[in-house]
Amino acid sequence: MALAVVKSESDAPQAVTVSVKTTPKAAGEPQIVAFKAARKSVWSDAVAPRLKGAAVAVVPPLLVVLVLLVVWQIAFSRPGATLPAPTVVWKEANDLILQPFFVNGSQDIGLGWRVLTSLERVAYGFGLAAAVGILVGAVIGQSVWAMRGLDPIFQVLRTVPPLAWLPISLAAFRDANPSAIFVIFITAVWPIIINTAVGIRNIPQDYRNVAQVLRLNQIEFFFKVMLPSAAPYIFTGLRIGVGLSWLAIIAAEMLTGGVGIGFFIWDAWNSSRLPDIIVALLYIGVVGFVLDRLISALATFITRGTSAN
Amino acid sequence: MAKPYLSLDHISKTFVRGGVKSEVLRDINLTIGKGEYVSIIGHSGCGKSTLLNLIAGLSDVTTGAVLLEDREVNEPGPDRAVVFQNHSLLPWLTVYENVSLAVNKVFGGKKSKAERHDWIMHNLSLVHMGHAVAKRPAEISGGMKQRVGIARALAMEQKILLLDEPFGALDALTRAHLQDSVMEIHMSLGNTMIMITHDVDEAVLLSDRIVMMTNGPSATIGEVLKVDLPRPRSRLDMVNNRTYASARAEVLEFLYARHKAPALAA
Repeated sequence: MALAVVKSESDAPQAVTVSVKTTPKAAGEPQIVAFKAARKSVWSDAVAPRLKGAAVAVVPPLLVVLVLLVVWQIAFSRPGATLPAPTVVWKEANDLILQPFFVNGSQDIGLGWRVLTSLERVAYGFGLAAAVGILVGAVIGQSVWAMRGLDPIFQVLRTVPPLAWLPISLAAFRDANPSAIFVIFITAVWPIIINTAVGIRNIPQDYRNVAQVLRLNQIEFFFKVMLPSAAPYIFTGLRIGVGLSWLAIIAAEMLTGGVGIGFFIWDAWNSSRLPDIIVALLYIGVVGFVLDRLISALATFITRGTSAN
Repeated sequence: MAKPYLSLDHISKTFVRGGVKSEVLRDINLTIGKGEYVSIIGHSGCGKSTLLNLIAGLSDVTTGAVLLEDREVNEPGPDRAVVFQNHSLLPWLTVYENVSLAVNKVFGGKKSKAERHDWIMHNLSLVHMGHAVAKRPAEISGGMKQRVGIARALAMEQKILLLDEPFGALDALTRAHLQDSVMEIHMSLGNTMIMITHDVDEAVLLSDRIVMMTNGPSATIGEVLKVDLPRPRSRLDMVNNRTYASARAEVLEFLYARHKAPALAA
Protein backbone atom coordinates (compact mmCIF):
# COMPACT_ATOMS: atom_id res chain seq x y z
CA MET A 1 0.00 0.00 0.00
CA ALA A 2 2.81 2.37 0.88
CA LEU A 3 4.42 1.59 -2.46
CA ALA A 4 1.44 3.01 -4.32
CA VAL A 5 1.94 6.33 -2.61
CA VAL A 6 5.63 6.49 -3.44
CA LYS A 7 5.04 5.61 -7.07
CA SER A 8 2.56 8.39 -7.66
CA GLU A 9 4.78 10.97 -5.99
CA SER A 10 5.17 12.94 -9.24
CA ASP A 11 1.43 13.54 -9.35
CA ALA A 12 0.73 15.29 -6.08
CA PRO A 13 -3.12 15.42 -6.04
CA GLN A 14 -3.36 11.79 -7.01
CA ALA A 15 -0.92 10.82 -4.31
CA VAL A 16 -3.20 12.41 -1.73
CA THR A 17 -6.28 10.59 -2.92
CA VAL A 18 -4.42 7.31 -3.08
CA SER A 19 -3.02 7.63 0.41
CA VAL A 20 -6.36 8.60 1.91
CA LYS A 21 -8.08 5.73 0.22
CA THR A 22 -5.47 3.20 1.21
CA THR A 23 -4.99 4.14 4.86
CA PRO A 24 -8.06 2.33 6.20
CA LYS A 25 -6.83 -0.87 4.61
CA ALA A 26 -3.20 -0.35 5.57
CA ALA A 27 -1.90 -0.34 9.14
CA GLY A 28 -2.76 3.33 9.40
CA GLU A 29 -5.45 3.12 12.05
CA PRO A 30 -3.76 5.33 14.66
CA GLN A 31 -3.96 8.18 12.13
CA ILE A 32 -7.66 7.73 11.80
CA VAL A 33 -8.16 7.75 15.52
CA ALA A 34 -6.07 10.89 15.84
CA PHE A 35 -8.12 12.53 13.11
CA LYS A 36 -11.35 11.82 14.93
CA ALA A 37 -9.97 13.02 18.25
CA ALA A 38 -8.98 16.33 16.73
CA ARG A 39 -12.57 17.01 15.75
CA LYS A 40 -13.92 16.38 19.23
CA SER A 41 -15.56 19.33 20.91
CA VAL A 42 -16.14 20.06 24.60
CA TRP A 43 -19.56 18.53 24.13
CA SER A 44 -18.35 15.17 22.86
CA ASP A 45 -15.32 15.16 25.18
CA ALA A 46 -16.78 15.99 28.55
CA VAL A 47 -20.52 16.55 28.55
CA ALA A 48 -21.78 13.68 26.42
CA PRO A 49 -20.00 10.84 28.29
CA ARG A 50 -21.21 12.23 31.59
CA LEU A 51 -24.77 12.51 30.37
CA LYS A 52 -24.50 9.00 29.06
CA GLY A 53 -23.12 7.79 32.37
CA ALA A 54 -25.92 9.49 34.27
CA ALA A 55 -28.51 8.03 31.93
CA VAL A 56 -27.08 4.54 32.34
CA ALA A 57 -27.34 4.92 36.10
CA VAL A 58 -30.77 6.54 36.25
CA VAL A 59 -32.85 5.12 33.42
CA PRO A 60 -32.92 1.41 34.38
CA PRO A 61 -34.07 1.96 37.99
CA LEU A 62 -36.64 4.50 36.80
CA LEU A 63 -38.04 1.95 34.35
CA VAL A 64 -38.21 -0.69 37.06
CA VAL A 65 -40.00 1.71 39.41
CA LEU A 66 -42.47 2.53 36.65
CA VAL A 67 -43.18 -1.14 36.01
CA LEU A 68 -43.61 -1.81 39.73
CA LEU A 69 -46.02 1.11 40.06
CA VAL A 70 -48.10 -0.18 37.16
CA VAL A 71 -48.20 -3.70 38.60
CA TRP A 72 -49.10 -2.31 42.02
CA GLN A 73 -51.81 -0.12 40.46
CA ILE A 74 -53.32 -3.04 38.60
CA ALA A 75 -53.15 -5.38 41.57
CA PHE A 76 -54.82 -3.09 44.10
CA SER A 77 -57.25 -0.97 42.10
CA ARG A 78 -60.17 -3.44 42.28
CA PRO A 79 -62.83 -2.62 44.90
CA GLY A 80 -62.20 -4.20 48.32
CA ALA A 81 -58.42 -4.24 47.92
CA THR A 82 -56.62 -4.49 51.27
CA LEU A 83 -53.91 -1.98 50.39
CA PRO A 84 -54.20 1.39 48.61
CA ALA A 85 -53.07 1.67 45.00
CA PRO A 86 -50.46 4.31 44.04
CA THR A 87 -53.08 6.73 42.78
CA VAL A 88 -54.92 6.49 46.11
CA VAL A 89 -51.69 7.07 48.00
CA TRP A 90 -51.00 10.13 45.91
CA LYS A 91 -54.53 11.48 46.29
CA GLU A 92 -54.71 11.07 50.05
CA ALA A 93 -51.14 11.68 51.14
CA ASN A 94 -49.55 13.97 48.57
CA ASP A 95 -49.29 16.72 51.17
CA LEU A 96 -46.82 14.53 53.06
CA ILE A 97 -44.68 14.19 49.96
CA LEU A 98 -44.95 17.75 48.68
CA GLN A 99 -44.63 19.55 52.01
CA PRO A 100 -42.20 17.73 54.24
CA PHE A 101 -41.86 20.65 56.66
CA PHE A 102 -45.38 21.88 57.53
CA VAL A 103 -46.37 22.48 61.16
CA ASN A 104 -50.06 22.39 62.03
CA GLY A 105 -49.78 21.77 65.74
CA SER A 106 -47.59 19.75 68.08
CA GLN A 107 -48.62 16.35 66.70
CA ASP A 108 -49.50 17.36 63.13
CA ILE A 109 -46.14 18.09 61.54
CA GLY A 110 -44.49 17.24 58.22
CA LEU A 111 -42.59 14.01 57.76
CA GLY A 112 -39.37 15.96 57.27
CA TRP A 113 -39.58 17.16 60.88
CA ARG A 114 -40.31 13.66 62.10
CA VAL A 115 -37.37 12.25 60.18
CA LEU A 116 -35.16 14.97 61.66
CA THR A 117 -36.32 14.06 65.19
CA SER A 118 -35.49 10.42 64.53
CA LEU A 119 -32.17 11.40 62.99
CA GLU A 120 -31.31 13.41 66.08
CA ARG A 121 -31.75 10.30 68.22
CA VAL A 122 -29.72 8.30 65.72
CA ALA A 123 -27.00 10.95 65.83
CA TYR A 124 -26.70 10.65 69.62
CA GLY A 125 -26.95 6.87 69.74
CA PHE A 126 -24.78 6.21 66.72
CA GLY A 127 -22.24 8.87 67.68
CA LEU A 128 -21.86 7.26 71.08
CA ALA A 129 -21.66 3.81 69.50
CA ALA A 130 -18.95 5.00 67.10
CA ALA A 131 -16.82 6.52 69.87
CA VAL A 132 -17.20 3.59 72.26
CA GLY A 133 -17.02 1.00 69.49
CA ILE A 134 -13.75 2.30 68.05
CA LEU A 135 -12.11 2.60 71.48
CA VAL A 136 -13.23 -0.82 72.70
CA GLY A 137 -12.42 -2.33 69.30
CA ALA A 138 -8.93 -0.84 69.49
CA VAL A 139 -8.35 -2.38 72.92
CA ILE A 140 -9.62 -5.76 71.77
CA GLY A 141 -7.59 -5.62 68.60
CA GLN A 142 -4.43 -4.78 70.54
CA SER A 143 -4.72 -7.15 73.44
CA VAL A 144 -4.95 -10.90 73.06
CA TRP A 145 -6.35 -11.26 76.58
CA ALA A 146 -9.05 -8.63 76.13
CA MET A 147 -9.91 -10.41 72.92
CA ARG A 148 -10.18 -13.80 74.62
CA GLY A 149 -12.22 -12.41 77.48
CA LEU A 150 -14.59 -10.14 75.63
CA ASP A 151 -15.09 -11.62 72.19
CA PRO A 152 -17.36 -14.54 73.22
CA ILE A 153 -19.54 -12.16 75.23
CA PHE A 154 -19.80 -9.74 72.33
CA GLN A 155 -20.63 -12.55 69.94
CA VAL A 156 -23.58 -13.49 72.14
CA LEU A 157 -24.77 -9.96 72.82
CA ARG A 158 -24.63 -8.85 69.21
CA THR A 159 -27.27 -11.39 68.22
CA VAL A 160 -29.84 -9.90 70.64
CA PRO A 161 -32.43 -8.05 68.53
CA PRO A 162 -32.64 -4.28 69.18
CA LEU A 163 -36.16 -4.36 70.59
CA ALA A 164 -35.26 -6.97 73.18
CA TRP A 165 -33.15 -4.29 74.85
CA LEU A 166 -36.01 -1.82 75.04
CA PRO A 167 -37.82 -3.01 78.20
CA ILE A 168 -34.56 -3.14 80.17
CA SER A 169 -33.60 0.21 78.76
CA LEU A 170 -36.98 1.73 79.73
CA ALA A 171 -36.66 0.29 83.22
CA ALA A 172 -33.17 1.73 83.62
CA PHE A 173 -33.72 5.19 82.14
CA ARG A 174 -37.45 5.65 82.96
CA ASP A 175 -37.81 7.91 79.94
CA ALA A 176 -38.57 7.23 76.29
CA ASN A 177 -35.89 9.37 74.66
CA PRO A 178 -32.75 8.08 76.40
CA SER A 179 -34.15 4.55 76.11
CA ALA A 180 -34.46 4.92 72.35
CA ILE A 181 -30.94 6.34 72.16
CA PHE A 182 -29.63 3.45 74.24
CA VAL A 183 -31.31 0.92 71.95
CA ILE A 184 -29.60 2.51 68.96
CA PHE A 185 -26.29 2.53 70.76
CA ILE A 186 -26.48 -1.12 71.80
CA THR A 187 -27.55 -2.17 68.30
CA ALA A 188 -24.91 -0.26 66.40
CA VAL A 189 -21.95 -0.76 68.70
CA TRP A 190 -21.21 -4.46 67.98
CA PRO A 191 -20.32 -4.32 64.30
CA ILE A 192 -18.19 -1.24 65.01
CA ILE A 193 -16.30 -3.00 67.81
CA ILE A 194 -15.79 -6.19 65.85
CA ASN A 195 -14.70 -4.50 62.61
CA THR A 196 -12.36 -2.13 64.42
CA ALA A 197 -10.77 -5.05 66.26
CA VAL A 198 -10.24 -6.94 63.01
CA GLY A 199 -8.82 -3.82 61.35
CA ILE A 200 -6.38 -3.31 64.18
CA ARG A 201 -5.29 -6.91 64.23
CA ASN A 202 -4.58 -6.54 60.51
CA ILE A 203 -2.22 -3.58 60.87
CA PRO A 204 0.88 -4.72 58.98
CA GLN A 205 3.84 -5.60 61.19
CA ASP A 206 5.85 -3.10 59.12
CA TYR A 207 3.83 -0.18 60.45
CA ARG A 208 4.21 -1.47 63.99
CA ASN A 209 7.95 -1.73 63.47
CA VAL A 210 8.09 1.85 62.22
CA ALA A 211 6.13 2.98 65.25
CA GLN A 212 8.46 1.04 67.55
CA VAL A 213 11.62 2.43 65.99
CA LEU A 214 10.16 5.94 66.35
CA ARG A 215 9.08 5.12 69.91
CA LEU A 216 5.57 6.43 69.32
CA ASN A 217 3.63 6.31 72.56
CA GLN A 218 0.19 4.68 72.83
CA ILE A 219 -1.73 7.85 72.01
CA GLU A 220 0.46 8.78 69.05
CA PHE A 221 0.28 5.21 67.81
CA PHE A 222 -3.52 5.25 68.10
CA PHE A 223 -3.99 8.44 66.10
CA LYS A 224 -1.09 8.24 63.66
CA VAL A 225 -0.96 4.55 62.81
CA MET A 226 -3.89 2.57 64.18
CA LEU A 227 -6.80 4.76 63.10
CA PRO A 228 -5.59 5.48 59.55
CA SER A 229 -4.47 1.91 59.00
CA ALA A 230 -7.69 0.37 60.29
CA ALA A 231 -9.89 3.08 58.74
CA PRO A 232 -11.27 0.92 55.91
CA TYR A 233 -12.37 -1.72 58.43
CA ILE A 234 -13.69 0.85 60.88
CA PHE A 235 -15.80 2.43 58.17
CA THR A 236 -17.24 -0.93 57.20
CA GLY A 237 -18.31 -1.27 60.82
CA LEU A 238 -19.71 2.26 60.87
CA ARG A 239 -21.66 1.60 57.70
CA ILE A 240 -23.24 -1.54 59.07
CA GLY A 241 -23.80 0.28 62.35
CA VAL A 242 -25.62 3.24 60.83
CA GLY A 243 -27.89 0.88 58.90
CA LEU A 244 -28.72 -1.01 62.09
CA SER A 245 -29.30 2.26 63.96
CA TRP A 246 -31.86 3.31 61.44
CA LEU A 247 -33.59 -0.08 61.69
CA ALA A 248 -33.57 0.13 65.47
CA ILE A 249 -34.89 3.67 65.81
CA ILE A 250 -37.99 2.98 63.74
CA ALA A 251 -38.84 -0.07 65.82
CA ALA A 252 -38.04 1.65 69.11
CA GLU A 253 -40.12 4.72 68.27
CA MET A 254 -43.10 2.58 67.42
CA LEU A 255 -43.10 1.46 71.03
CA THR A 256 -41.91 4.55 72.85
CA GLY A 257 -44.04 7.12 71.02
CA GLY A 258 -43.07 10.77 70.63
CA VAL A 259 -42.66 12.59 67.34
CA GLY A 260 -40.32 10.33 65.35
CA ILE A 261 -41.07 8.73 62.00
CA GLY A 262 -41.43 5.33 63.67
CA PHE A 263 -44.20 6.56 65.92
CA PHE A 264 -45.85 8.22 62.93
CA ILE A 265 -46.23 4.81 61.28
CA TRP A 266 -47.67 3.30 64.42
CA ASP A 267 -50.03 6.24 64.81
CA ALA A 268 -51.12 6.01 61.17
CA TRP A 269 -51.76 2.27 61.59
CA ASN A 270 -53.94 2.93 64.64
CA SER A 271 -55.98 5.49 62.70
CA SER A 272 -56.07 3.36 59.52
CA ARG A 273 -54.18 5.86 57.35
CA LEU A 274 -52.49 3.31 55.10
CA PRO A 275 -51.42 5.81 52.39
CA ASP A 276 -49.53 7.76 55.09
CA ILE A 277 -47.69 4.60 56.10
CA ILE A 278 -46.63 3.97 52.53
CA VAL A 279 -45.28 7.51 52.19
CA ALA A 280 -43.47 7.13 55.52
CA LEU A 281 -41.87 3.89 54.29
CA LEU A 282 -40.60 5.82 51.30
CA TYR A 283 -39.06 8.45 53.58
CA ILE A 284 -37.42 5.81 55.76
CA GLY A 285 -35.96 4.02 52.76
CA VAL A 286 -34.57 7.19 51.22
CA VAL A 287 -33.10 8.44 54.49
CA GLY A 288 -31.50 5.05 55.22
CA PHE A 289 -30.00 5.06 51.74
CA VAL A 290 -28.66 8.58 52.20
CA LEU A 291 -27.14 7.69 55.59
CA ASP A 292 -25.38 4.71 54.06
CA ARG A 293 -24.05 6.79 51.19
CA LEU A 294 -22.90 9.54 53.54
CA ILE A 295 -20.77 7.15 55.59
CA SER A 296 -19.50 5.53 52.43
CA ALA A 297 -18.55 8.92 50.93
CA LEU A 298 -16.85 9.89 54.18
CA ALA A 299 -14.93 6.62 54.08
CA THR A 300 -13.74 7.20 50.51
CA PHE A 301 -12.69 10.71 51.44
CA ILE A 302 -10.80 9.75 54.58
CA THR A 303 -9.23 6.51 53.40
CA ARG A 304 -8.21 7.74 49.96
CA GLY A 305 -4.55 7.24 50.86
CA THR A 306 -4.90 3.89 52.55
CA SER A 307 -6.98 2.10 49.99
CA ALA A 308 -4.69 3.22 47.20
CA ASN A 309 -1.94 1.00 48.53
CA MET B 1 40.13 -0.49 63.08
CA ALA B 2 38.22 2.07 65.10
CA LYS B 3 37.25 1.37 68.69
CA PRO B 4 34.13 -0.75 69.13
CA TYR B 5 31.02 1.33 68.63
CA LEU B 6 28.50 -1.44 68.41
CA SER B 7 29.33 -4.85 69.75
CA LEU B 8 27.39 -8.06 69.56
CA ASP B 9 28.44 -10.18 72.49
CA HIS B 10 27.76 -13.91 72.31
CA ILE B 11 24.30 -13.46 70.92
CA SER B 12 21.96 -16.35 70.37
CA LYS B 13 18.32 -16.37 69.43
CA THR B 14 15.90 -19.22 69.95
CA PHE B 15 12.31 -19.10 68.87
CA VAL B 16 9.77 -21.17 70.76
CA ARG B 17 6.63 -21.92 68.84
CA GLY B 18 4.07 -24.43 70.05
CA GLY B 19 6.55 -25.97 72.48
CA VAL B 20 9.10 -26.55 69.72
CA LYS B 21 12.37 -24.71 70.18
CA SER B 22 14.38 -23.70 67.16
CA GLU B 23 17.72 -22.02 67.51
CA VAL B 24 18.15 -19.54 64.70
CA LEU B 25 21.37 -17.82 65.72
CA ARG B 26 24.17 -19.16 67.90
CA ASP B 27 27.13 -17.39 69.42
CA ILE B 28 27.35 -14.29 67.26
CA ASN B 29 30.32 -12.07 68.10
CA LEU B 30 31.00 -8.93 66.17
CA THR B 31 32.29 -5.46 66.83
CA ILE B 32 31.67 -2.58 64.51
CA GLY B 33 33.58 0.71 64.54
CA LYS B 34 32.08 4.14 64.14
CA GLY B 35 31.57 5.09 60.52
CA GLU B 36 32.02 1.54 59.29
CA TYR B 37 29.88 0.05 56.55
CA VAL B 38 29.28 -3.61 57.32
CA SER B 39 27.28 -6.01 55.17
CA ILE B 40 25.81 -9.23 56.43
CA ILE B 41 25.41 -11.79 53.69
CA GLY B 42 24.12 -15.32 53.70
CA HIS B 43 21.60 -17.64 52.09
CA SER B 44 17.94 -17.05 52.79
CA GLY B 45 16.82 -18.54 56.08
CA CYS B 46 20.21 -18.07 57.71
CA GLY B 47 18.87 -15.56 60.20
CA LYS B 48 20.29 -12.37 58.68
CA SER B 49 17.07 -10.46 59.19
CA THR B 50 16.67 -11.92 62.68
CA LEU B 51 20.11 -10.57 63.52
CA LEU B 52 19.16 -7.13 62.21
CA ASN B 53 15.94 -7.20 64.25
CA LEU B 54 18.00 -8.01 67.35
CA ILE B 55 20.26 -5.02 66.73
CA ALA B 56 17.23 -2.84 66.03
CA GLY B 57 15.67 -4.09 69.25
CA LEU B 58 12.55 -5.23 67.45
CA SER B 59 13.03 -8.65 69.00
CA ASP B 60 14.92 -9.72 72.12
CA VAL B 61 18.11 -11.74 72.28
CA THR B 62 17.82 -15.12 74.01
CA THR B 63 21.34 -14.93 75.42
CA GLY B 64 24.13 -12.41 75.01
CA ALA B 65 23.85 -8.67 74.55
CA VAL B 66 23.85 -5.93 71.95
CA LEU B 67 25.97 -3.04 73.18
CA LEU B 68 25.88 0.38 71.55
CA GLU B 69 28.54 2.70 72.96
CA ASP B 70 28.89 0.25 75.86
CA ARG B 71 25.22 0.46 76.72
CA GLU B 72 22.91 -2.49 76.31
CA VAL B 73 20.05 -2.01 73.89
CA ASN B 74 16.93 -4.10 74.29
CA GLU B 75 14.21 -1.97 72.77
CA PRO B 76 13.81 -0.25 69.44
CA GLY B 77 14.72 3.40 69.14
CA PRO B 78 15.50 6.10 66.62
CA ASP B 79 19.23 5.82 67.40
CA ARG B 80 19.11 2.58 65.39
CA ALA B 81 16.97 3.66 62.48
CA VAL B 82 15.88 0.92 60.13
CA VAL B 83 15.42 1.09 56.38
CA PHE B 84 12.92 -1.69 55.84
CA GLN B 85 13.00 -4.04 52.90
CA ASN B 86 9.61 -2.95 51.62
CA HIS B 87 10.07 0.73 52.52
CA SER B 88 7.24 0.64 55.12
CA LEU B 89 6.06 4.14 54.36
CA LEU B 90 2.67 4.95 55.80
CA PRO B 91 0.46 5.12 52.69
CA TRP B 92 -1.95 7.72 54.09
CA LEU B 93 0.84 10.24 54.60
CA THR B 94 2.66 12.21 51.91
CA VAL B 95 6.38 11.84 51.39
CA TYR B 96 6.93 14.95 53.50
CA GLU B 97 4.60 13.78 56.27
CA ASN B 98 6.28 10.39 56.43
CA VAL B 99 9.61 12.02 57.14
CA SER B 100 8.11 14.68 59.38
CA LEU B 101 6.47 12.00 61.54
CA ALA B 102 9.98 10.80 62.38
CA VAL B 103 11.50 14.27 62.67
CA ASN B 104 8.74 15.65 64.88
CA LYS B 105 9.00 12.64 67.16
CA VAL B 106 12.78 12.71 67.47
CA PHE B 107 13.36 16.47 67.45
CA GLY B 108 9.98 17.69 68.68
CA GLY B 109 11.41 19.39 71.76
CA LYS B 110 14.85 20.18 70.43
CA LYS B 111 14.29 22.00 67.17
CA SER B 112 11.97 24.83 66.20
CA LYS B 113 9.30 24.28 63.59
CA ALA B 114 11.33 26.05 60.91
CA GLU B 115 14.45 24.06 61.80
CA ARG B 116 12.51 20.83 61.59
CA HIS B 117 11.12 21.80 58.20
CA ASP B 118 14.62 22.57 56.93
CA TRP B 119 15.89 19.28 58.33
CA ILE B 120 13.10 17.32 56.59
CA MET B 121 13.79 19.06 53.29
CA HIS B 122 17.53 18.58 53.74
CA ASN B 123 17.14 14.85 54.19
CA LEU B 124 14.74 14.52 51.30
CA SER B 125 17.14 16.37 49.03
CA LEU B 126 19.98 14.10 50.19
CA VAL B 127 18.13 11.22 48.56
CA HIS B 128 17.05 13.41 45.63
CA MET B 129 13.39 13.41 46.57
CA GLY B 130 12.97 17.13 47.21
CA HIS B 131 10.70 17.41 44.17
CA ALA B 132 8.04 14.96 45.31
CA VAL B 133 7.29 16.07 48.87
CA ALA B 134 3.52 16.33 48.34
CA LYS B 135 3.10 12.91 46.72
CA ARG B 136 1.74 9.88 48.48
CA PRO B 137 3.68 6.60 48.45
CA ALA B 138 1.20 5.07 45.99
CA GLU B 139 2.03 7.79 43.46
CA ILE B 140 5.79 7.22 43.34
CA SER B 141 7.93 4.36 42.06
CA GLY B 142 9.47 1.60 44.17
CA GLY B 143 12.91 3.16 44.00
CA MET B 144 11.55 6.53 45.08
CA LYS B 145 9.70 4.93 47.99
CA GLN B 146 12.91 3.35 49.19
CA ARG B 147 14.66 6.73 48.85
CA VAL B 148 12.04 8.24 51.12
CA GLY B 149 12.50 5.29 53.50
CA ILE B 150 16.22 6.09 53.62
CA ALA B 151 15.50 9.81 54.12
CA ARG B 152 13.19 8.98 57.00
CA ALA B 153 15.87 6.85 58.64
CA LEU B 154 18.60 9.45 58.04
CA ALA B 155 16.40 12.18 59.46
CA MET B 156 16.38 10.44 62.84
CA GLU B 157 20.07 11.39 63.18
CA GLN B 158 20.72 7.82 64.17
CA LYS B 159 23.89 6.33 65.56
CA ILE B 160 23.57 3.28 63.37
CA LEU B 161 21.63 2.94 60.16
CA LEU B 162 20.25 -0.56 59.71
CA LEU B 163 19.36 -1.51 56.15
CA ASP B 164 17.32 -4.69 55.74
CA GLU B 165 17.82 -5.79 52.13
CA PRO B 166 17.10 -2.21 51.15
CA PHE B 167 17.43 -2.73 47.41
CA GLY B 168 16.06 -6.26 47.18
CA ALA B 169 12.71 -5.30 45.71
CA LEU B 170 14.12 -3.00 43.03
CA ASP B 171 15.12 -3.55 39.43
CA ALA B 172 18.84 -3.67 38.62
CA LEU B 173 19.18 -0.12 37.28
CA THR B 174 17.26 1.49 40.11
CA ARG B 175 19.24 -0.60 42.54
CA ALA B 176 22.52 0.70 41.12
CA HIS B 177 21.28 4.29 41.42
CA LEU B 178 20.30 3.79 45.02
CA GLN B 179 23.54 2.02 45.89
CA ASP B 180 25.41 5.04 44.53
CA SER B 181 23.20 7.34 46.59
CA VAL B 182 23.87 5.33 49.73
CA MET B 183 27.62 5.37 49.09
CA GLU B 184 27.46 9.12 48.58
CA ILE B 185 25.59 9.57 51.85
CA HIS B 186 28.01 7.30 53.68
CA MET B 187 30.94 9.27 52.29
CA SER B 188 29.56 12.67 53.23
CA LEU B 189 27.92 11.89 56.57
CA GLY B 190 30.17 9.09 57.78
CA ASN B 191 27.26 7.05 59.14
CA THR B 192 27.75 3.69 60.67
CA MET B 193 25.75 1.32 58.54
CA ILE B 194 24.80 -2.33 58.73
CA MET B 195 23.23 -3.77 55.63
CA ILE B 196 21.60 -7.14 55.15
CA THR B 197 21.96 -8.37 51.60
CA HIS B 198 22.08 -11.46 49.46
CA ASP B 199 23.77 -9.73 46.55
CA VAL B 200 27.51 -10.39 46.42
CA ASP B 201 28.36 -7.44 44.17
CA GLU B 202 26.37 -5.09 46.33
CA ALA B 203 28.15 -6.31 49.44
CA VAL B 204 31.63 -5.93 47.93
CA LEU B 205 30.95 -2.55 46.35
CA LEU B 206 29.45 -0.92 49.42
CA SER B 207 31.12 -2.49 52.43
CA ASP B 208 34.21 -2.01 54.51
CA ARG B 209 33.68 -5.48 55.89
CA ILE B 210 31.47 -8.34 54.79
CA VAL B 211 30.11 -10.67 57.45
CA MET B 212 29.32 -14.07 55.97
CA MET B 213 26.78 -16.20 57.77
CA THR B 214 26.72 -19.98 57.81
CA ASN B 215 23.47 -21.76 57.08
CA GLY B 216 20.80 -22.21 59.71
CA PRO B 217 19.54 -23.62 61.96
CA SER B 218 21.96 -22.34 64.58
CA ALA B 219 23.62 -20.05 62.08
CA THR B 220 26.66 -18.11 63.11
CA ILE B 221 29.31 -15.91 61.57
CA GLY B 222 31.40 -18.02 59.23
CA GLU B 223 33.94 -15.47 58.08
CA VAL B 224 34.50 -11.76 58.05
CA LEU B 225 36.09 -10.30 54.94
CA LYS B 226 37.73 -6.89 54.91
CA VAL B 227 37.25 -5.09 51.61
CA ASP B 228 40.34 -2.99 51.10
CA LEU B 229 39.14 -0.66 48.40
CA PRO B 230 39.68 3.10 48.58
CA ARG B 231 36.65 5.36 48.66
CA PRO B 232 34.97 6.86 46.78
CA ARG B 233 34.39 3.70 44.84
CA SER B 234 33.03 3.83 41.35
CA ARG B 235 31.02 1.04 39.91
CA LEU B 236 32.87 1.27 36.59
CA ASP B 237 36.36 1.22 38.11
CA MET B 238 35.50 -2.00 39.88
CA VAL B 239 35.01 -3.95 36.67
CA ASN B 240 38.72 -4.60 36.27
CA ASN B 241 39.84 -4.06 39.84
CA ARG B 242 41.83 -6.99 41.26
CA THR B 243 40.99 -6.40 44.89
CA TYR B 244 37.32 -6.22 43.98
CA ALA B 245 37.51 -9.39 41.93
CA SER B 246 39.29 -11.34 44.63
CA ALA B 247 36.91 -10.14 47.35
CA ARG B 248 34.02 -11.09 45.16
CA ALA B 249 35.56 -14.49 44.47
CA GLU B 250 36.08 -15.08 48.16
CA VAL B 251 32.47 -14.34 49.04
CA LEU B 252 31.23 -16.51 46.18
CA GLU B 253 33.56 -19.28 47.34
CA PHE B 254 32.11 -19.07 50.84
CA LEU B 255 28.48 -18.98 49.71
CA TYR B 256 28.52 -21.54 46.94
CA ALA B 257 31.39 -23.90 47.69
CA ARG B 258 31.75 -24.15 51.44
CA HIS B 259 28.29 -23.15 52.65
CA LYS B 260 25.88 -24.07 49.92
CA ALA B 261 22.22 -23.32 50.46
CA PRO B 262 20.57 -26.38 52.03
CA ALA B 263 18.48 -26.96 48.93
CA LEU B 264 21.53 -26.78 46.65
CA ALA B 265 23.65 -29.03 48.86
CA ALA B 266 21.14 -31.85 48.69
